[in-house]
Amino acid sequence: MTGVVIQFLSTIGRLFLTFLGAIGGLTLFTASAVVNSVTPPFYFRLIARQMIVVGYYSLPVVGLTALFTGMVLALQIYTGSSRFNAEGAVATIVVIGITRELGPVLAGLMVAGRVGAAMAAEIGTMRVTEQIDALTTLSTNPFKYLVAPRLIAATLMLPILVLVADIIGVFGGYVVSTQKLGFNPATYLKNTFEFLETIDVTSGLVKAAAFGFIIALMGCYSGYNSKVGAQGVGSATTNAVVTASILILASNYLITELFFAR
Amino acid sequence: MSETPKVSFQDVHISFGANRVLQGFNLDIHPRESVVIIGGSGTGKSVTLKCLLGLLLPQRGSIRIDGEEIVGTHGRSRTRALAKFGMLFQSAALFDSLPVWENVAFGLIQGKGRSRDEAKKIALEKLGQVGLGDDVADLNPAELSGGMKKRVGLARAIATDPEIMLFDEPTTGLDPIMGDVIDQLISKCVKEIGATAISITHDMASARRIADRMAMLYKGQIIWAGAVSEIDDSGNALVDQFIHGRAEGPIQMEIRTP
Repeated sequence: MTGVVIQFLSTIGRLFLTFLGAIGGLTLFTASAVVNSVTPPFYFRLIARQMIVVGYYSLPVVGLTALFTGMVLALQIYTGSSRFNAEGAVATIVVIGITRELGPVLAGLMVAGRVGAAMAAEIGTMRVTEQIDALTTLSTNPFKYLVAPRLIAATLMLPILVLVADIIGVFGGYVVSTQKLGFNPATYLKNTFEFLETIDVTSGLVKAAAFGFIIALMGCYSGYNSKVGAQGVGSATTNAVVTASILILASNYLITELFFAR
Repeated sequence: MSETPKVSFQDVHISFGANRVLQGFNLDIHPRESVVIIGGSGTGKSVTLKCLLGLLLPQRGSIRIDGEEIVGTHGRSRTRALAKFGMLFQSAALFDSLPVWENVAFGLIQGKGRSRDEAKKIALEKLGQVGLGDDVADLNPAELSGGMKKRVGLARAIATDPEIMLFDEPTTGLDPIMGDVIDQLISKCVKEIGATAISITHDMASARRIADRMAMLYKGQIIWAGAVSEIDDSGNALVDQFIHGRAEGPIQMEIRTP
């Protein structure tokens, strides 16, 4: 009986130590990634390439997500608000919902799936094929060469992507409201912009920058610490997407509270 | 020999959990000497090279290059030490995202700050030195055969004319003829640039071709070191068993019998 208890306690202890080790490892990785991202030398060619990968190539998926989200949002708010004759609020709720929440969160989750996974797979493959060791032997800091460009590019490009998503999402709501629900286009646009405040958009863009940082950080961290073999790279890719998605949702709440809690 | 060793390992210990890999590793390698470390799989040969490159940090012991301690160094002193190395990895470790010439020129552009045009010119020269023409310069590594990858890896390793060259299992995965070609290129390139060479392998034919001296690693220690001509008369039963590739002998493989 005592043996079972000791075994149970030692398992808990081991798990706790592993957890602390993982937190410590991630903290050190983050600190090193940030320091290397803000100190020279900067690899502008690599930063530009990553900006295209993260921003330009994500436009179709983020744009389509925003379009359909805006369309569904208009439809849902209309059917809900018509129960108490508040159809006039559709335009305002769509624009606030898109800019504050759905634009940044959905863009963040879609980019985490597309870009975060690709970063983890690419860096993980470089790890298991000794390409990261080769970088070191060629007098190149892997953090500066691999991590910093991705971190800088994702942090800068996510706000731009979200701005585009905001516009497309609002357009989706406009199309459904005017073409299907019978709203007057001029009135809809007037309602959209009349109650929109700067903070609605800026809070979304701040969230986007934070989500971009999280996506690149978790993609690079998971890839950099990938275990050997195809399974190791596969796990790194899954971890990158899952942890980035959870951290996006958790940090979304914290940032919302920072901006809007009274 | 009284001159300062180019590379000196003194009492190096490194463990991974309960697995003690190097347990008092001692070896001196002199300038322009080609030393091959032989030993079975999992004896710590690759770990030795990684400790030398600073990719792994020994728990105890000293590693000196030209008399300067490198264990635990950071920043500029580490960069200065790394600039002395060129390494050919077992899998060549070419960068997938870059064409062949950029792989070869990488150390020149990133490490030495050469312009891309100048670096490309040198890269093409180095590719020529390993028997590859300009036509492969713009190919991607994925388009190359195993032997070509090794040769591009060798060209990359010699591109910066390093003082110390490291070769990790240079002939593994190659057919015997290509293995011989790579060995000849290694010997030629090392002599041309006047480098000190450290190779690790368990391919005895390759080891005999490229070594001036051999050292055998067993259970984390060098158990024998001497000139290539002496290895057949080492008087060490472990060395004899290894170089003749016999299953019977003092080295027992951990194979579970049914």
